[in-house]
Amino acid sequence: MTTRRQFLRNTGAFTATLTGGATLIAFAETQAKSDTGGRKTRWGLLIDVARCPDGCSTCVSACSEENGWGDTGNRLTDAQWIRKVMVTDPQSKLSRSLPVMCQHCAEPPCVDVCPTGASFKRADGIVLVDKHICIGCRYCMMACPYKARSFIHEPLQDQKSHAPRGKGTVESCTLCVHRVDLGRLPACVEACAAAGHDAMLFGDINDPESEISKRIAQHPVRKIRADLGTDPGVSYENL
Amino acid sequence: MKRTVYRELNLSPGLLLILGLLGLVVAAGLGAAWYMEYYGHVVTGMNNQIVWGLPHVFAIFLIVAASGVLNVASLASVFNRALYKPMARLSGLLAISLLAGGLAVLVLDLGRPDRLIVAMTHFNFKSIFAWNIFLYTGFFVIVAAYLFTQMGRGFGRFVRPAGWVAFVWRLALTTGTGSIFGWLVAREAYDAAIMAPLFIAMSLSFGLAVFILFTLRSCALSGREFGQDLLLRLGRLLGLFIAAVLYFTAVQHLTALYASEHRGVEGFLLFGDSIYTTMFWTGQVLIGGVVPLVLVTLPTHGVSRVAIKLASTLVIVGGFVQVYVIVIGGQVYPLALFPGMEVSSSFQDGVIAGYQPSLPEFLLGMGGVALALAIAVIGMKTLRFLPESLGDEAVDLQPEPRTGAVT
Repeated sequence: MTTRRQFLRNTGAFTATLTGGATLIAFAETQAKSDTGGRKTRWGLLIDVARCPDGCSTCVSACSEENGWGDTGNRLTDAQWIRKVMVTDPQSKLSRSLPVMCQHCAEPPCVDVCPTGASFKRADGIVLVDKHICIGCRYCMMACPYKARSFIHEPLQDQKSHAPRGKGTVESCTLCVHRVDLGRLPACVEACAAAGHDAMLFGDINDPESEISKRIAQHPVRKIRADLGTDPGVSYENL
Repeated sequence: MKRTVYRELNLSPGLLLILGLLGLVVAAGLGAAWYMEYYGHVVTGMNNQIVWGLPHVFAIFLIVAASGVLNVASLASVFNRALYKPMARLSGLLAISLLAGGLAVLVLDLGRPDRLIVAMTHFNFKSIFAWNIFLYTGFFVIVAAYLFTQMGRGFGRFVRPAGWVAFVWRLALTTGTGSIFGWLVAREAYDAAIMAPLFIAMSLSFGLAVFILFTLRSCALSGREFGQDLLLRLGRLLGLFIAAVLYFTAVQHLTALYASEHRGVEGFLLFGDSIYTTMFWTGQVLIGGVVPLVLVTLPTHGVSRVAIKLASTLVIVGGFVQVYVIVIGGQVYPLALFPGMEVSSSFQDGVIAGYQPSLPEFLLGMGGVALALAIAVIGMKTLRFLPESLGDEAVDLQPEPRTGAVT
């Protein structure tokens, strides 16, 4: 039997937790604006394909480890937030290997088609799935030109607390939003640098002074299916 | 105008047996849905490439047929064809039943069907899916009101306006269903405005075929007459709708073939060596189009009752195959990540995906069909939907040039 004292204590603890969470979110938003002097941040990636070796999948392993997805033995239904794609010119047979993940589009088709608004784009350009209102209709998977999304086909075990997942919902690369909000780099970028490749550069592509913006301004870059007008936040150099 | 007397179905052992069987299939469908929900979609044939499987084929077929089946009522109320008036109530009932069956499959195939309330309370109005939620629920309300004007005393003057609203709404609904595919810019097999009119033509054809078979069966089981001439007229109308589907299908593929960027997917679907090419030519075009069209329009050999029944059955079989080719065939073809380049990965990039429908998916789909039929049968048992007779003497057969003799 719960006593009145216990009830009040539990209620107080619950309220404090909620308030704390809400305050943190509000703080994060305020900080994002103040850091950029009112200019809108847009997080993005620049991938130098020339520095991305064939057969290296350090970024994939790092993402899998960081976010808790991986091989469960069901190749066709296992989630892949990031994958290495081999692109080959059919005439010259010249090949390039590059990582493909959610492109965090400025005009994301997944967000357009989602009936409940579970697919959404944050103010800083990161495209996410709200696990609480995703009904698992998979229309976003039909709409994504990059095949960046996975459906969780099986019950889950040993989830990471910072990357909650849910059976029957859709998920994709979060650009390691939990790290980015703390001022850290996405796991794939960090791992790529640690392996000595430095093929991935993360930053604010709206900030002309950022390294990523300068590189994009100085070198020709390509965006996957730029013709579709989705304006991806991920650019590829030397492709 | 001849007076039509409507009567409920009698509760006979035969009817109870039918309802019992339908109940069993519905229960099997619910069991399959629970199984898929409990273990996850890993127990189905669906995967990260084929994200919509057999349940979607069933659901889309039922939803498309639902809007088409209402056409019989529209012919009476909107186009003033007195011949179709006695069948208008049944047309409305069947429309509601089929839509309910299709939506049940669609909802139970969701990754989180328990979150249906979320789908009804959170809307992204930029999504055609969200629009469809309103189109579907609105369809129920409008057709129910339309039925009320037909069946309630003293509401006769509202039948025509209600029929018009239902007619426009059903066109919007099928446009919405077709646009679910038509607005998918990333998929080469879709991404075409013609999907909307194609789906409307499909709805007219599938819906009328379902209506003919269902009404014939209902009349036969309840000892009611169904006129030869009336059936002949419905058969001719079916022929027109079959031709419309073939026409829009031809335009759909010819347009795509003309653009070199779509030749890959078109070559795969139309001229490849996969099951989808066989399904397209044999199932969709031949069995679902050419053969039934010949059956209902051949003037020299006469058009028999059996021919029209067979044609309707073939339209349903071919129609199901058509939806399968659209839904599954369109997904197995890989996305063009880098147009003009060859791609490969551990995530099935650049390869034709495989899809094996599983038993739970089939049972869920059949459960939806059974649910639709059960609702229609219970409706006919409870309320006066079916006329005492649909014999030629009981309906207004307006003069019409005859092209074939009923045998």
